[in-house]
Amino acid sequence: MHDHLQQAMSAAHGGSPWPWLALILLGAYHGLNPAMGWLFAVALGMHARSGRRVIWALLPIGLGHAASVGLVLALLWGAQAVLPARPVRYGVAALLVGYGLFHLIRSRHAGGRVGMQVGFRDLALWSFLMATAHGAGLMLAPLLWWQGDGVTIVAHGERVAVSAREGTASLAGAVSGVHAAGLAAPASSTSAPGIFNLALTTALHASSMLLVAGAVAWLVYHRLGLLFLRRAWVNLDLVWALALVASGMAVALTG
Amino acid sequence: MPVWRPDPTFYPSPRLAMEAPREGLAYVALLRTGGRPDGFAVVDVDPRSATYGRVVHTLDFPYTGDEVHHFGWNACSSALCPFAPHPHVERRYLLVPGLRSSRIYILDTKPNPAEPRLVKVIEPEEVLRRAGYSRLHTVHCGPDGIYVSALGGRGEGGQDGDGPGGILILDHDSFEVLGRWEVDRGPQVYAYDFWWHLGYDTVVTSEWGAPSLFEGGLDLDDVVSRRYGHRLHFWDLRRRRHVQEVDLGDQHQMVLELRPAHDPSKAYGFVGVVVSVEDLSGSVWVWYRDGDRWAVRKVIEIPAEPVEDKDALPDILKPLGAVPPLITDINLSLDDRFLYVSCWGTGELRQYDVSDPFHPKLTGSVRLGGVVRRAAHPAAGPLTGGPQMVEVSRDGRRVYVTNSLYSTWDDQFYPGLRGWLVKLDADPAGGLAVDPGFFVEFGESRPHQVRLQGGDSSSDSFCFPS
Repeated sequence: MHDHLQQAMSAAHGGSPWPWLALILLGAYHGLNPAMGWLFAVALGMHARSGRRVIWALLPIGLGHAASVGLVLALLWGAQAVLPARPVRYGVAALLVGYGLFHLIRSRHAGGRVGMQVGFRDLALWSFLMATAHGAGLMLAPLLWWQGDGVTIVAHGERVAVSAREGTASLAGAVSGVHAAGLAAPASSTSAPGIFNLALTTALHASSMLLVAGAVAWLVYHRLGLLFLRRAWVNLDLVWALALVASGMAVALTG
Repeated sequence: MPVWRPDPTFYPSPRLAMEAPREGLAYVALLRTGGRPDGFAVVDVDPRSATYGRVVHTLDFPYTGDEVHHFGWNACSSALCPFAPHPHVERRYLLVPGLRSSRIYILDTKPNPAEPRLVKVIEPEEVLRRAGYSRLHTVHCGPDGIYVSALGGRGEGGQDGDGPGGILILDHDSFEVLGRWEVDRGPQVYAYDFWWHLGYDTVVTSEWGAPSLFEGGLDLDDVVSRRYGHRLHFWDLRRRRHVQEVDLGDQHQMVLELRPAHDPSKAYGFVGVVVSVEDLSGSVWVWYRDGDRWAVRKVIEIPAEPVEDKDALPDILKPLGAVPPLITDINLSLDDRFLYVSCWGTGELRQYDVSDPFHPKLTGSVRLGGVVRRAAHPAAGPLTGGPQMVEVSRDGRRVYVTNSLYSTWDDQFYPGLRGWLVKLDADPAGGLAVDPGFFVEFGESRPHQVRLQGGDSSSDSFCFPS
């Protein structure tokens, strides 16, 4: 375990810190979105007239979010491992752009058959579905292709990125073990460090999300009050959709 | 176009909605008989305006025989509900269903709120085909779609007949009929009004009766034989299943308007019963949570008024020799404090303080019209009809009342009824007075439900406690 941790830390320190920072910032951004759970926690707290209920509700919400993001990252990672790199990359890019545009055009709201009488499992499931429907995990896709300190070379008329210090140089390398885009799947892709780093990535993102969601929920519940909702609730769905499109572009253009 | 901020007329809690600016316009559904199409009127209720208290726009619907009654918004404060938040939609479209035709008109109040335009018509065939329902009544903007109640439905043979009524769902954005709402309707057959306790994932529905019982007019024999609805139904909002039936007793005929507490953390509400076959009284009941079941209790009873001169009675009431109050509508202020009760027969609107829902206190009463009394309005003289649909402004200070009930019943109780809309002023400490300067005369058009621009006390539901 120690080795893995060292490897991960070295990825953070020895390699570029940007992927990790991006991961945390995206977590914070997801935490900020009322549709990802802080608003639900506040409402449940108000119903129970209990600040502790707010915090209690955030735990399953964080778990559900982590499960969704982790699952999507694992799927992407798996796809990278077993499928040809270029189609995967452009496929994921197209998926992201398409999903973003879909959200832009048809601002459907998820939520399903959930109400205000919810237990731990309901909340975790709700959060999982909300994160999945909003494409929270997908938004992290560029991090898998991030070649922080990688050397980008142009070969055969294509941009092919090669990680300079594979497995440590970047999150992409660390998580997926992808050696070079445009090449066949690497053998080391399902290695233990990969799985460990996948879990670490998910945990880091979800912790950041939970921390920010908790801070906002606490502020609204204890200090700002409901009027805040009317004034400050900007259309994050719109920003969100644009972020998905941007992520898709990033996947297509970086790497 | 996407909106950047939540619609300014959406409020997280009823308390915040009460602080809303005063309404500037009132929308009124107009029923017409004699082969004329129904209409829709816009009344100026902004006292600073030069046209205050007047109809500033009228729209005629393209078909006849709709019998437009209750209508509602495409979106409201429930869009802020935390489990399905989507506040960046607009309170913009009014959905006006025909109780007789089962048709739905969709009016756009943008760009000019004073001149709504008809932008879409959903034909009854589509409603029946997709949801199996007809005779559309109440419209509520839900957290996840637009809910519409229906009194009739497809019967056993597949034809539109006296099949069970229920609720259908429309898509928020496209207004497409998505289908029937119920997964399991249990023993429920009759329908009328519905609303919910969003804080308790509970839907409540009430019973008028099968369309064949009311469309041709009221037959006293049906009432005496207790053929009308007398039950409440409680449903699981999430699972769309019938949970419990509560029988008020079959002497209590026609269980109509449902007014759950606006505060979503409160689990009680009020329902009006039109008439008791035992003593012709009308009553208001409170439903409440009793352990893990729902229970009801009668909290208001209004007696019939005896009549000396039977010749003064319309034919339908002559055998009774008295005027029943006929509680046809009730409305609850957003702070859950004042309940307004319409006595359409005796021509009275009552105000009760229901701070303690089990012990209402009568705090105000005005007399307008009435079968025998025909109480006058200062600006108009003696009135036909009586207080029927009642709507309360968001701040609770103004109460708007119209006088038509249902075309065939109007003709029985108030032959030659002339439509009016009046405004009453409510004292925040209790008390009710007619505004002598506000009287809208509709003549042969019969005004039914009133909706106020930006929302009122029966248009919105909230997910956050006050």
